[in-house]
Order: sequence, then structure tokens, then C-alpha cells
Amino acid sequence: MSYKVKLEIFEGPLDLLLHLVKQDHLEIVNIPIAQITDQYLKYLELMQALDLEIAGEFLVMAATLMQIKSRQLLPPETLTPEEAEEPDPAQELIQRLLEYQKFKQAAEVLSGMEKDRLVQFSRPARPDGTPEEVEEFVEASLFDLLTAFSQFMQGELPRELIHEIVKDEFTVEGKIALLRQLTQQRERVNFAELFTKAKTKMEAVATFLALLELIRLKEITIRQSQLFGEIVITRNTDEIPSS
Amino acid sequence: MDEMNAKRILEALLLVTDKPLLIEQAREVLGADVDPADVRRLLNKLAQQCAQENRGIRIQEVAEGFEYITDPELAPYVLKLTRRVRSVRLTKPSLETLAIIAYRQPITRLEIEQVRGVDAGGVLETLGKLNMVRIVGRKETVGRPILYGTTRDFLDHFGLKNLEDLPSLEELKAGSVPTLEIPNDTQTAPQTD
Repeated sequence: MSYKVKLEIFEGPLDLLLHLVKQDHLEIVNIPIAQITDQYLKYLELMQALDLEIAGEFLVMAATLMQIKSRQLLPPETLTPEEAEEPDPAQELIQRLLEYQKFKQAAEVLSGMEKDRLVQFSRPARPDGTPEEVEEFVEASLFDLLTAFSQFMQGELPRELIHEIVKDEFTVEGKIALLRQLTQQRERVNFAELFTKAKTKMEAVATFLALLELIRLKEITIRQSQLFGEIVITRNTDEIPSS
Repeated sequence: MDEMNAKRILEALLLVTDKPLLIEQAREVLGADVDPADVRRLLNKLAQQCAQENRGIRIQEVAEGFEYITDPELAPYVLKLTRRVRSVRLTKPSLETLAIIAYRQPITRLEIEQVRGVDAGGVLETLGKLNMVRIVGRKETVGRPILYGTTRDFLDHFGLKNLEDLPSLEELKAGSVPTLEIPNDTQTAPQTD
């Protein structure tokens, strides 16, 4: 793919792990490390297949997970005295996840407060004009998108897919233009609809990368209607979100 | 200074202030001999009157001060007149980072990154531009890293009276909305802008 999407991933490996926990309805305290590790690695593979830049933290976490997994497979007697004395890495990870989750919940509470504040009008603190440039509100996470995309693709994305470009029938630029047009014409576009129209896997990948790029450019917003429900794409305007 | 007059003056100040009126600011106008507790009492009285008379405007305590706000019920009407809105809502990464700073302040960038597991530079820059976080000092350890804390504008944006108004972390459970205002272990030092 000549067009490389540089995705500023604000979400990190802990976000991905919590996403997996939520998706499988797991309890953090009883997290099945082997299962989670496999799923986590599958996500990394998907991101690599899409040629997304993966931050080093993801790879560090992958190594940590594999270390925990292999440690769990060994009988306790095989641990060296030093290893036995060290804090259990599985427990450390669990504590980190629990702590992070608390702050995620706090963030949601703050988000609710922010929303309530929107309907309290007062004298302007700043002169009339455009609000400061702020990141737009994105409800669906990168991993929700990746999940939906991989589900749609129904199976593994062949690794060679990206590098085997024979003809650029569907370019990311072309899909970007198409998406811009679509979101201008209609109030919302369904994620699934975008991809059922795709005739080949290449086309689907190009569409997906175009989507990511437009998100990065803050031209569109993705929302999920319910937990793991349908993802919809809307064009960003200056108005307050009406959610 | 008689109370009637003081109340009238406070009303006038509440109208023209561009940020929540601080009690110290009110005292600067009313006179330094006025007891801060009295100023607070009068403001609370004014607030009660607005509520009891079901006025369209109310007085709210927020960001360590007081301000006039429209009754939230009337928002649809207000929006017909003005497109002037508060700044757009924040993203999850920004909110999460803010939550970490709010509860853990003063805190270094590294400590923030340890919680979220991802680089915090970009988000910190955004939050700084929005004046939600500020530098509160340096940690006296190797490298003397910068310590961050939240600002009054942070309180203002979320409608918080003060830091104690933050729901207690221990109270937060998945899906539940905390209703009690329980003091938590955050710093109680007054905020600055």
C-alpha cells in the first residue's frame, strides 16, 4: 500500500486488554492469561497486516503476556529462588488493569458531568468566536473498529495482502474522497454498509484505511449505538454533539 | 454595609464576572472588613431565592466561586437564541488523563504514563492548551521531573465546586453513578487559574 496511515494511537496496550476483557465478559481478577494473550497477539497481527504503526508499548506488553503465560505453564517448583521471590507478574498486570479501569470509570463520570454542564449557559468567559480547537468526541475506540473490521472480513487477513499490489484499482485516496462525499450527502453512514459494497478484500482494506485517516484528520466521528452494537460514521461539524 | 445593599452589589458582580466570582473578589469590592463567611451566606441566600422563586436563572457554586447560569431545563430555548456554546467535549484519552491527574495530583508525566500504559505527551499538550492542567512544581527526585495538577478552569468545565466534589475513587463501580459527595484523599489546597 503506497499510502501509509500513520495512526496516532492514543490508546495503548492496557486499553486493548481492557477491551478484550469487556468483550469476553471477563473479570479482571480471574483473567485467563493464555486466552487473552492469544487474542492480544491476533490484534497485533491484524494491525501489522494493515500496516499500522504499532507503538513499542504494545510489543513490550506482548512480551510480558507471553512471559506470564509461559510461567503459568511451568510447575511452581521450576522457578528459581529469585523468581519465586519476585512479585508475581500476573498479579502485577491485574493490579495495573484494575487501577486503570477505575480511572476509566472516573473518566466516564467526568464525561457525564461535562454533558450536564453543556446545558448551563452563562455569560461568555471568552469573546464570541470559535471554541478552542479540541479533540472531537469519539465514542468507538480504535479497537472497536478493528474488531468490527476483522469480523467483517470473516477470517484472517493474509499478511501478504498489503504488499501484493498489482493494480491500484482501489486506492486509499480514492476511498477518502468517496467517504467524504458520502458523509456530506447523508447524516450517518453505517460501518457495515461501507464494507458490504466492497467487491474485494483489497477494496475493503483501502476503505478501512481511508476511514482511519479521516478519523485522524478529525473530519469524521465514529460512534457505537450500544455496547458492541452497530458503528456509525458521521461528519464532524462545529455544532455540539446531540448525543 | 447593610445586607440588602451587599446582596444587590453581589448580583451586579455575578452578572459581569467572566469567570465564577470568587469570594475574595467579592470582598475586594465590598470591603476587606467584610467577613468571607458573610459573603458566602449572602450568596447562598441569593441562590436560594432564585430556586424558590423558580427563576429562569440560578446561582451555582462552581470552580470555587459562584456564577449565574440558566436553568438547564431552559436549554432548548436558549439554544434558539444563541449558538454560543461551551467548548466541545473531550475524548476518552483526554478524560482518562485528566481523571488520573485530578485524583493523583501532583503527579509526573511518567506516573501518568504508568497508569495508562501509553505516551502522555500529546494529551498533556492538549490539556495544557485548554488550561485544564498546569505545572505545579517539580518532584524532588532524580531529574526533577515536572509535576502536574488541575486548574480552576478544569473545575469550571465539569461543573465541580472544588476537588472534594470529585466522586470518591473507591465508590466507583462498573456502571454505577455515584451520588454521594464523599471527601476523598485528594489535595485540598485551593486551586489557582
